Amino acid sequence: MPFLEAVVLALGMIRAQKLKSFFACLGAFVGVTFLVAVVSIVNGMDRYMRENFAARMFGVNTFSILYRPRVHFGDMTLEERRALRRRPRIRESDYEAVLDRLGDRAIVAIESRDQGNVFVGDRRQRNVELRGVSESYFRIRDIQIEHGRIFSPQEVETSADVVVVGADVARRFFPNSDPIGRTIRVRNSEFRIIGVAKSQGKLFGQSLDKFIIAPYTSQIKKYVNPHKIVDLISVKTADLPSMRAMMAEAEALMRTRRHLRPSQSNNFHLETADDVLSTWGQISNALFTGGIALMAISLVVGGIVIMNIMLMAVAERTREVGIRKALGARRRDIQRQFLVEAATLSSTGAVFGILFGVAAAKAVDAFTPLPAAPSLGWIGFALLLGIGTGVIFGVYPASRAARLDPIAALRQE
Amino acid sequence: MSQALIRITGLSREYAMGAETVRALRGVDLEIQPNEYVAIMGPSGSGKSTMMNLIGCLDTPTAGQYWLNGVEVSKMSDDELARVRNREIGFVFQTFNLLPRGTALHNVELPLIYAGVGSRERKERAARSLEACGLGDRMTHKPNELSGGQRQRVAIARALVTEPSILLADEPTGNLDSQTSGEIMKVLGDLHDHHGQTIVMVTHEHDIAEHAKRVVTLHDGLISSDRQKVAA
Repeated sequence: MPFLEAVVLALGMIRAQKLKSFFACLGAFVGVTFLVAVVSIVNGMDRYMRENFAARMFGVNTFSILYRPRVHFGDMTLEERRALRRRPRIRESDYEAVLDRLGDRAIVAIESRDQGNVFVGDRRQRNVELRGVSESYFRIRDIQIEHGRIFSPQEVETSADVVVVGADVARRFFPNSDPIGRTIRVRNSEFRIIGVAKSQGKLFGQSLDKFIIAPYTSQIKKYVNPHKIVDLISVKTADLPSMRAMMAEAEALMRTRRHLRPSQSNNFHLETADDVLSTWGQISNALFTGGIALMAISLVVGGIVIMNIMLMAVAERTREVGIRKALGARRRDIQRQFLVEAATLSSTGAVFGILFGVAAAKAVDAFTPLPAAPSLGWIGFALLLGIGTGVIFGVYPASRAARLDPIAALRQE
Repeated sequence: MSQALIRITGLSREYAMGAETVRALRGVDLEIQPNEYVAIMGPSGSGKSTMMNLIGCLDTPTAGQYWLNGVEVSKMSDDELARVRNREIGFVFQTFNLLPRGTALHNVELPLIYAGVGSRERKERAARSLEACGLGDRMTHKPNELSGGQRQRVAIARALVTEPSILLADEPTGNLDSQTSGEIMKVLGDLHDHHGQTIVMVTHEHDIAEHAKRVVTLHDGLISSDRQKVAA
């Protein structure tokens, strides 16, 4: 029997027995939905991490010196945790030393941050990011000014209480007026607004525009970098080789400053965008593996359901098999008919699974902060798996049908 | 010497029924020439169903030979037998054995599907066959929308669509009332008289067997009589 005939026949059978077919499709459907949705979401996040996150949060060819890694993936013993906590913090003096060593070849910035409420008059905005930075910070993070100006080295030196506010803060307090020259308050410190930053949009649903940036020497230090302890030092270099070279220099410099002996390991951390991306890579691998495991389980379950339903179908249609054999169907004709039927069932499930998975991914993309991007390759893979499930679990019922004795089959009521 | 269409020598068929062995056929010899109209008769248990299964290549004998059109089919494999059934034999069953989900046309197409005939030619030939059986206006009907006589005529159309050497009818009127039986027997008679179709019919009804030109009677797995009717 030609392949196409068999497919038409199988589709007719699915139409004729809707409920049974629905259950038969379910396993492949759930499995493929899982796979497509999880893969789309992980893929989307992956792309997002590479394209936006890394560039925005770190900058290109930029490394940071901080006292411990910002993100850590995997197990850590209590001892390791304690050791990390015992590390000395990064201080303003470290910044000055790094600036002294690398300042002529690279941009060096200092940065500390915390969250707090800000006020204009009686009005309040909660959970605004307070940042105390050096003026070079704007160049490293590529923060553009919409309106007004950034602060000057002199203002940093003289501890001027001036701020650049994020677009959200400007919108919140000054929807219809010019914020420049107005006063904004953090607890009992007052700052004069000198600039508004261009909007940077959102990252994972979090606004990137809800901040105020002040010189680290200004009163902001009471909130973000007390006792001259800073969060991190960033160094932006011209290209990758010079970044590697300067990381080595910075490491040596820090080790000298900390009086570390050659046998001792670093008690500070050097981090690049790649480090964060590699951590993310581990997370996304875990998610991928999880998605594939879930899919495998539901495909096996779905395959067993298909096998049962096909065995039932063979039993119900024994007489049909007898008739077909009497009319000249060979074993392989019967085998093919039932195999195609099983594969049609599972691939119908897979097709719906793909539609639902893509829809789920789109919904996640639209309604949650997680980005999602379905990929054509994975959709094809999912479809193949769906078809494969039907074929593999259809083999046994199909060969049972093919081996039926035509006389006995014809006699069956 | 004209070649016999069917030549059977010493044909036996035994079935293992638990510990016992049932000998349904015990060395039957039979020759059927082209264009014959033969009825195989006998009481139940006489081996006529076994005979029919063997002639129809649905089964293989325990011993003996069976040549169909000069080819020995008694030693063939399953798939070779399927091919022979497809090309040489047209079945008409007591219970019609139509596929309930298919239309009349689809049912008649089935043997052609397994013969590997292309879709367009298949439809044409199936339609022609149905028209020849007087069902030109019932092609898109499903079996449950047809009367018993119409169903049996669909089955006959299906049996003839591959232009087989033998039309093998197993109690073709067993599920029909006497008037419809008469109609079906007329269809078979016409096929023989006007188209020279070789027909082998298994029945236990004497008046149905009377339509045939030759009546072979089986008894206890052996041929007890082989009577040629004198042409009128």
